[in-house]
Amino acid sequence: MSGNEPNPAATLQRATPEAQPRPAKAADGKRVDHARSAKQFLNAPEHAKSHDTRVWAMRTKRDKQAHTIEEWEELRELASQIKTHTLAHLDTYLEQFEANAKANGIHVHWAADGAEHNRIVHEIFTEHGVKRVIKAKSMLMEECGFRHYMDSVGIEIVETDLGERIQQLDGEDPSHIVVPPVHKMRSDVARLFAEQLGSDPDNDDAHYLAGAQRDATRPLILDADAGMTGANFAVAETGGFVVCTNEGNADLSANVPNLHVASIGIEKLVPRVEDMGVFIRLLSRSALGSPITQYTSHFRAPKQGGEMHIVLVDNGRSKRLGMEKFWSSLKCIRCGACMNTCPVYRRSGGLSYGATYAGPLGLILNPTFDAHRYSNLPFASTLNGSCTNVCPVKINIHEQIFGWRQVLAENGHLPWTKKTALSAAGKVLASPKGYRVAIKTTNSALKHLPRWALYNRMNAWGEGREMPSPPDNGTFHDWYRRNRLKNQAKTPNEGDSQ
Amino acid sequence: MRIGLFVPCFIDAFYPDVGIATLELLERFHCKVDYPFDQTCCGQPMVNSGCHAEARATEALFVKNFAQYDVIVAPSGSCVHQIRDNLTAVEQTPDVKHVRENTLELVEFLHDVLEVDAFPWARFEHRVGYHDSCNTLRNLGHGKPSELHGEPFSKPRALLEKVAGIELVQIDRPDECCGFGGTFSVTEPEVSAQMGRDKIADHGRNGAEYIVSADSSCLMHQSGCAARIGAPIKFKHIAEILNGASQ
Ligand code: SF4
Repeated sequence: MSGNEPNPAATLQRATPEAQPRPAKAADGKRVDHARSAKQFLNAPEHAKSHDTRVWAMRTKRDKQAHTIEEWEELRELASQIKTHTLAHLDTYLEQFEANAKANGIHVHWAADGAEHNRIVHEIFTEHGVKRVIKAKSMLMEECGFRHYMDSVGIEIVETDLGERIQQLDGEDPSHIVVPPVHKMRSDVARLFAEQLGSDPDNDDAHYLAGAQRDATRPLILDADAGMTGANFAVAETGGFVVCTNEGNADLSANVPNLHVASIGIEKLVPRVEDMGVFIRLLSRSALGSPITQYTSHFRAPKQGGEMHIVLVDNGRSKRLGMEKFWSSLKCIRCGACMNTCPVYRRSGGLSYGATYAGPLGLILNPTFDAHRYSNLPFASTLNGSCTNVCPVKINIHEQIFGWRQVLAENGHLPWTKKTALSAAGKVLASPKGYRVAIKTTNSALKHLPRWALYNRMNAWGEGREMPSPPDNGTFHDWYRRNRLKNQAKTPNEGDSQ
Repeated sequence: MRIGLFVPCFIDAFYPDVGIATLELLERFHCKVDYPFDQTCCGQPMVNSGCHAEARATEALFVKNFAQYDVIVAPSGSCVHQIRDNLTAVEQTPDVKHVRENTLELVEFLHDVLEVDAFPWARFEHRVGYHDSCNTLRNLGHGKPSELHGEPFSKPRALLEKVAGIELVQIDRPDECCGFGGTFSVTEPEVSAQMGRDKIADHGRNGAEYIVSADSSCLMHQSGCAARIGAPIKFKHIAEILNGASQ
């Protein structure tokens, strides 16, 4: 085929690096089209390849680390049980946490949803006359649209996590929950920093780029009025919380200014400090394949002369807790291992999911926020099950993806064409006669069969693949009739049952 | 033991040789095998898309065809997974439960039930990359997936190693999904085809002449990708090799 011949232009030195793919966001009220965005991502082959390679490397390192721990599977089981237990008694543990945090001098607030979270934090900032905030990476704040909100009220937010800062400077959402700019190549960052920070556009050395960013951001950090962090874990027994980072930037955010606000999802609770041993051993090994994060910071009380607030955010979590098939997604500790192992995530990039959470985790969380908008996402999976096997808290991720498909179909979220095609397929396949007719009324099985055998528009199959050719001697059924029934007086009459 | 042979719809239509090899292979081990004539499909196309109600009649037909057998054997991991784990649209009568509990994929049947220790008629003098389909590996337990801690084992490889002349090659991402995924292959055609091409390239890079699997659907997808880009790799279902195919 002509498409296979090497393209001479591709072998020449590229004058300019490949542009970073930027999938379009679905408009308000519209369904996210993962397949379309994935295609856009794959149309930038250098980025696609680099993404797959980098993310797969994390998965490989994870395997190495996990397999060096004899009791790995027992640890996962233990972590899963601790989370199950906590979620079953979440109200009690939350009350305990609140009481202990207050006793330590922390102000505790409750937010029912993202909007309330933003409002509460805004009020705290207004009281303190805050103009600039430094902030450690937090997926919960992404979920709440916090950065955009603060933008709209004129409070400046500066990300202290390098990856998240890159995304902020580029006006993009994180594409990975642990490595926010993992979809970018070094050349993209060099270009971005040249535009935003005035660094050398032709120097894409990682140290140089990190240095340029540090020099530009440090002054902003030093005179910030407030600091924000999320939390990886909140400990009921102490009223304290734990933040894990590789750059120590949570400590910066929490300690440089006198005011520290922490946004914590209510599912982050664990009962005892002792439980941390289990989760800390699992978290970084699962995430990046390193034995531990560089900084595991425990916060328990405001610093001397400072003030500390915690906002406990529900934002759909208690509703999810009541969903029989899907509540266990609340066990998630946001390690990202399921994304790293997911072959679809690796090929399509995190922004193609058009949602706060990408990858397998995103497929099961996002529909709880907006079933229609994210109704395509549970179909962006081959159901290969690898995500379930890597998940350190043993969430049955691929079974929940499968479960969501049924829920979405039953609630009318499937496109009409798909539903109609499958309903027709169900009718043909339930009738031996209809099934045989579908194959035999035409000389070429290909003309009719694929509609139901492959369930959908065949042109999609043909975009990157050839169809199988129909066998020379007919179907297995034909063969059986010719070879195994030839001596029998009466041949079965297929279709009798219909 | 009465065995009912299930030949899934796309194998019936596109890969009759796989059905023939399965039947002959079972007969070589003196199994009494019936092929119920009114069979069609296991319902997976609909269930895979969340349309369980639309699968109900197909599932009921499947049970009607196979309830009378002690064991149901099929050369397709994904269909066996559907029957065993997801045939839930129909009312769970004793017949349905019987069928679900007694449906086995061919490799499992040979390895676990017949405990086959030799294929004296088989000789395959080629370098083979074995493709663990996700359904056989993670849902049916054909082997230890790379993500899990524990002693490695592989039922299909254990069977193939008994074939004279065969050489099994290792690939770089041993149990990475090939991108078929049922309806996924048409709802996400680009990602699916990219995964297929990556899979073929991995096998090719590591010197495989053939990609062999217990799932014809994965092979259908991969061979379609290979044909489109002109990759010189060949495909075979494990039943054909165990039944004595030489190429
Ligand atoms: S679902 Fe599991 S693997 Fe995925 S991010 Fe959460 S804890 Fe990690």
